[in-house]
Amino acid sequence: MTAELLTGGEAIAHGMRQGQPDVVPVYPITPQTPIIQVFSKFVSDGRSHAELVDVESEHSAMSAAIGAALAGARTMTATSSQGLALMAEVVYIAASMRAPIAMAIGNRALSGPINIHCDHSDSMLIRDSGIVQLFAENAQEAYDLMVMAPRIAEHPDVLLPVAVCLDGFTITHAAEPVELLPDDVVATFVGEYHVPHPMLEVSSPTTRGPFAMPDYYYYELRHAQGVALRNALDVFIDVAAEFEALSGRRYEPVQSYRLDGAERVLIALGSTAGTIKDAVDELRDEGEAVGLLRITPFRPLPMDEIRAALAGAQRVIVLDRADSPGGVAPLGAEIAATLYGSECELERHVYGLGGRDLGVADVRAIFAGGTPDHFGVREHSWPA
Amino acid sequence: MARLKNLIENEHGVPPLRGGHSLCQGCGIPIVVRTVLSSLPGPAVIVNATGCLEVATTRYPTTAWNVPWLHVAFENTAAVASGIESAQRALRRRHALPEGQEISIVAFAGDGGTYDIGLQALSGALERGHKFLFVCYDNEAYMNTGVQRSGATPFGTRTTTSPPGAESFGKAQRRKDMTAIAVSHHIPYVAQGVASHWDDLSRKVERAAAVQGPSFLNVLTDCPVGWGHEPRTTRTVLDTAVDTHFWPLYEVADGAYTLNYEPEHQLPIEKWLEHQSRFAHLLKPENRGHVEEIQAQVDADWNDLQARCAST
Repeated sequence: MTAELLTGGEAIAHGMRQGQPDVVPVYPITPQTPIIQVFSKFVSDGRSHAELVDVESEHSAMSAAIGAALAGARTMTATSSQGLALMAEVVYIAASMRAPIAMAIGNRALSGPINIHCDHSDSMLIRDSGIVQLFAENAQEAYDLMVMAPRIAEHPDVLLPVAVCLDGFTITHAAEPVELLPDDVVATFVGEYHVPHPMLEVSSPTTRGPFAMPDYYYYELRHAQGVALRNALDVFIDVAAEFEALSGRRYEPVQSYRLDGAERVLIALGSTAGTIKDAVDELRDEGEAVGLLRITPFRPLPMDEIRAALAGAQRVIVLDRADSPGGVAPLGAEIAATLYGSECELERHVYGLGGRDLGVADVRAIFAGGTPDHFGVREHSWPA
Repeated sequence: MARLKNLIENEHGVPPLRGGHSLCQGCGIPIVVRTVLSSLPGPAVIVNATGCLEVATTRYPTTAWNVPWLHVAFENTAAVASGIESAQRALRRRHALPEGQEISIVAFAGDGGTYDIGLQALSGALERGHKFLFVCYDNEAYMNTGVQRSGATPFGTRTTTSPPGAESFGKAQRRKDMTAIAVSHHIPYVAQGVASHWDDLSRKVERAAAVQGPSFLNVLTDCPVGWGHEPRTTRTVLDTAVDTHFWPLYEVADGAYTLNYEPEHQLPIEKWLEHQSRFAHLLKPENRGHVEEIQAQVDADWNDLQARCAST
């Protein structure tokens, strides 16, 4: 297998193309736009048979995606930031209607002030929508996860939207060597699209999206949806194992980097993990017991795997690329809940909002117990 | 030509919307839905905006629908329909659907889900040219939430958010002309209908279903609660809307206007106002000027429509 020089956006577009979607509703927004541009060219060149639906907003993109996915067509889309905020209402409904849509999110800060650069506040806005969220570290991972996304989404125990989250510009626009699988290999891996009772099967009509009252099943339907999202973790593990057999690339719910004997461990999502790995390498060379834990599925959160990976850590430092004004930033809160009862010290930082860079020197400073000046918020949790 | 026999035959013994739903006595919405769906020659998939029709027909785990039916949200009905239509095209192209079976995609939304919150998604879907039929059941206010004014509420109407009082005679603005907005998208077929003229409505559905591309039907229907009329008077109240020229029945096919029904004698606008409590305040002497204004608006619109019909 040879590597091509591709941006993360191009790699995602290839992953979409090879997954053979039938319908792709698209609406432009930076930094996601290159994905739909490249994909549109695939359609124009006859390399994808998808119906491209040039909708008039992201809200309509997700709405059309729900209609198409439930009608019986494999459906994919992509968005960022304000676009995700606009479609958020319908993302929740897509999950509750169990529409297995595969999508990409080019992560970007939310307004205001308006800013086009990376943070994770857009993904965190739909944290509780009930969809699967997989965070990529680089363009290769973005591609690989996009190839796996329909398999996870369409699994009968899941039937939920799956979002591949890739950092805006850092991944979407940076070119890296990416190994693509052959088209036919992906086609076989992904397989035929199937949903229960597709709407275009008019001989067996179903009523979808009915009105559920407090005493009539609302609670039960929400519960079933939560169970399906939990199921997605096992499905992710199984699909990743199959993918490894094809590609040689291994994906796990958590990626441990030099955690053996690590006393201080940083936790992060997305591309920042690459920077942290460099810092960890430097510090390990200097004899310090440090490591990194990167989480791929933020939803469903692999709590057991996180606890197991951190069993030997004395100090856990969470880097959050989203804030929760007046409360606790999302990843930090999740890790605090996951580690409740543990003896280790927990420290949380908010970093990188609106695309502010985090360098190796900054990561070293954090490991050393400091907070870079330009950095943002630092808070201690228990034990204080 | 619409015939009751055809409508019954089209149902194949299974009404698409059956009884047992909880729409109010005298509500014209189920009349519109059954007329529309029974006028289609083949199978249909329904997309429904949030509103009375959705709430009253699908209280989980029950349903009044015998056809595939989908509700996602309030403002996105046309977008959802465009997704289903795109799915049909994609699946047909790769021979994943039975050959020769054309499935109609029909969207139902109230005036709120059409004129107001649904306008953007509708405009986008019309512009993109999806083959689907969008039916607005226009009862001139947000009835499901308790009679609030909408962009379809007529000038001078009492609603719960445009109540008449010392400083108000009801809604101070004219309704928007949604039919004209649809026409301006250059789609193949647009028409105005009314729940009480089933034969006219049925024929319009047949025409709409036959075009290649989007079609839009703006169908006036009543709300006994919001309009304040006796449930048994649904048909006569709606007929009065047509006979006063308040709601002309016309169609625009490929840009050509046709008036489909001309009352023998135009009734004065007071006949439309007098049997509905939402207009009661307008009939007081101090509001005489507003009634004259409404009459002038109706006459000007009618003359404009006549001119369009004559020139195309």
